[in-house]
Amino acid sequence: MNPPKLHSQPQAPAVALAQHKAQAGRRWTALKRSTIFYPAVGLLLVCLVMIFASNSFLSAANLENVARQVSINAIIAVGMTCVILTGGIDLSVGSVMALSGTLIAGLMVAGMNAFAALVIGVAIGLGFGVANGFFVAFAGMPPIIVTLATMGIARGLALIYTGGYPVDGLPDWFSFFGSGKVFGVQAPILIMLIVYLLAWVLLERMPFGRYVYAIGGNEEATRLSGIRVARVKLVVYAFSGLTSAIAAVVLTARLMSGQPNAGVGFELDAIAAVVMGGTSISGGRGSIIGTLLGALLLGVLNNGLNMVGVNPYVQNVIKGAIILLAIYISRDRRRK
Amino acid sequence: MDILLKLDNISKSFPGVLALQGIHLEIARGEIHALLGENGAGKSTLMKILCGIHQPDSGAIVIDGQPRKFSNYHDAVAAGIGIVFQEFSLIPYLNAVENIFLGRELRTRIGTRDRVAMRRAASAIFAQLKVTIDLARPVCELSVAEQQFVEIGKALSLNARILILDEPTATLTPAEAEHLFVIMRELKQQGVAMIFISHHLDEIFAVCDRITVLRDGQYVGMTEVLDTSVGRLVEMMVGRKIENSFPPKPAPNPEAQVVLEVEALQLHKHTPLNRFVLHAGEILGFAGLVGSGRTETALAMLSASSAYIRQVKVRGVTTKFSDPADALAAGIGILPESRKTEGLITDFSIKDNISLNNLDKYRAARFFIDAGSEAKATAEIMKRVGVKAPSMHTQVAMLSGGNQQKVVIARWLNHHATILIFDEPTRGIDVGAKAEIYLLMRELTERGYSIIMISSELPEIVGMCDRVAVFRQGRIEATLSGAQIEPNQIMTYATAGHQETLDEPA
Repeated sequence: MNPPKLHSQPQAPAVALAQHKAQAGRRWTALKRSTIFYPAVGLLLVCLVMIFASNSFLSAANLENVARQVSINAIIAVGMTCVILTGGIDLSVGSVMALSGTLIAGLMVAGMNAFAALVIGVAIGLGFGVANGFFVAFAGMPPIIVTLATMGIARGLALIYTGGYPVDGLPDWFSFFGSGKVFGVQAPILIMLIVYLLAWVLLERMPFGRYVYAIGGNEEATRLSGIRVARVKLVVYAFSGLTSAIAAVVLTARLMSGQPNAGVGFELDAIAAVVMGGTSISGGRGSIIGTLLGALLLGVLNNGLNMVGVNPYVQNVIKGAIILLAIYISRDRRRK
Repeated sequence: MDILLKLDNISKSFPGVLALQGIHLEIARGEIHALLGENGAGKSTLMKILCGIHQPDSGAIVIDGQPRKFSNYHDAVAAGIGIVFQEFSLIPYLNAVENIFLGRELRTRIGTRDRVAMRRAASAIFAQLKVTIDLARPVCELSVAEQQFVEIGKALSLNARILILDEPTATLTPAEAEHLFVIMRELKQQGVAMIFISHHLDEIFAVCDRITVLRDGQYVGMTEVLDTSVGRLVEMMVGRKIENSFPPKPAPNPEAQVVLEVEALQLHKHTPLNRFVLHAGEILGFAGLVGSGRTETALAMLSASSAYIRQVKVRGVTTKFSDPADALAAGIGILPESRKTEGLITDFSIKDNISLNNLDKYRAARFFIDAGSEAKATAEIMKRVGVKAPSMHTQVAMLSGGNQQKVVIARWLNHHATILIFDEPTRGIDVGAKAEIYLLMRELTERGYSIIMISSELPEIVGMCDRVAVFRQGRIEATLSGAQIEPNQIMTYATAGHQETLDEPA
């Protein structure tokens, strides 16, 4: 006789249940630990509130509107995500966008081949990114100072180039990038989705992305393991310059005008989207999908507060409070 | 003798480790007492207990005949204990006066800081020490020695009667150290008792009265300086059997090729110039005390830090490095000293850590990571190295020290680099995992890898290395091989340099 055997059968379902529970528990903790958990919940919550607060929120037209409004900030936030993941910051994005945009508009209006104008405008954005990256990665200067300086330089150049006035008179076809449609989807939304897809592949499917996370997680360990850290950082800042230039194309086409004063404060909106999207401001943790959710969350909030008719001054206060609350809930509790 | 401080039968354990067991320490008024022991012998733990940072599990602290209990650092300070830490605790941009009175500033009647009174008090303290310190300059502009004098002054201003000096000479030049000794003798005259921790036996003979030796958390003994010798002290420090957890050493191979030849390596303009070679399939030990320049030499060789002169030949070819990535391209990898801050990306999974610098091996369609082959290769290597974890997706932060170290080793096993530098590979790892790591290292050398092992643990150096370079104050004092690799010999070179400089007293 073997007493434990007698009990083994009734125990089996209980054990299985416990195991099942434990597994479900683990999955739940894994889900909660995922960086996009809180952004997704936040977006859902804000949407739910808006559905009750305004019956036109859920209309197709309004949703498309939100997505289009979000697109420019969301595109800039892609480059910002990569930079922040390495533990850096890029304050120059708004100004670089303004410089790229006015250059594209100015060169086109001056009669340059439209394609060449686009290429030059985008190249100047990329060039600013490369310069940022060089100063940060190879000269070892702090990102916040470097990009604060280039932010001023880019804005200044845009104002010098335009004399401070908007550049109008763009060719009609150019409006395609701002309000054209492909298979019924607005071009800005499509461009945004393409940029996100590319960034996702870069970060999640290519070695480069692994290095970006690794640098943010532990730069010294990454360097000692033989990764060319400076080179990766240079590319990351260059990419941020590039996404600013892409945003410039969309914005300029949307307004059909090159605005030297465009994009003031956009760097802060982009940072807000990145951080609301669950990316750690000190780098190493986060995701590009999270940033899209973060940008949408901010967009829905803007749209909703407008539709409900909240005073714009009050809106700023509400948005700031919601950002604080969101970061408080999702903050890293591992550190004391 | 007028006993000021007595530590009686002190024991302390931390989860999983018995750090101290039955330690005695007795210090008289005006005595300079050396506390001696290898790295990890328990000196720091004992001093932390004396400072109230740790509480002993058993045993008594008796000062002036009164048993004392310190529940924190402030209690200890109030009882007259002062400590000068290895890492200074001064605020770099404040001057000496501001540092000395930090947190307990003297006030004028209207509540502002009384700068005149504080300055006067500070001057008095330095006059007592017979040193001149520029009180107006921020301490970061003072020399290291002067900063140390400020630390001592700070302790004295708190009425310290027992002063703990934790390796005070480690960062001083010989002349500065001599100045420190003058000050110590002056304090001795004034009745201050000092506990002097140093690995340099010559200093201990120069300045101390008595010596207490610890080994592996145990009390070995106490002796008068006049009654002992370098040889006897070294024996007290290391006198234990080498544990038999090491794989057998292969017979020396005189035909082994030189894979790495460091023709000249000088870290700074005025530091020693070193040279060494590494043969295929051997383990070359870098032995020496903490701070003797072993890690610095290795990092400078890889160009992970700067060097004044660096001439390196890899497999006979002169190579220029300007980034650790260049060294890696030449086939040299490093397992850094600190797993958590220099080795691992703790947020990353085991898999991502192992494949970090090997991603080129898993390419799909040229540009992308082939997740399938990455997972397969990772699973294989985890098994080979023996990483114990629920899955390869487990965050390395969740692993034990031994498993974390295996992850870093696995990274290099997966790589084409065949010259590896292991910096303190078994620090903070339990005995079982240690033995596994030793086996792995031997397995590697048998497969043609060459290893430089930096270690502060003598048994490990003796048990594992085919040749040993002994460092002292930045210089390779001796390169030992075969039967010369023996604890007393190594310890003597590491602490006293060439033996003829310190003859045994008759």
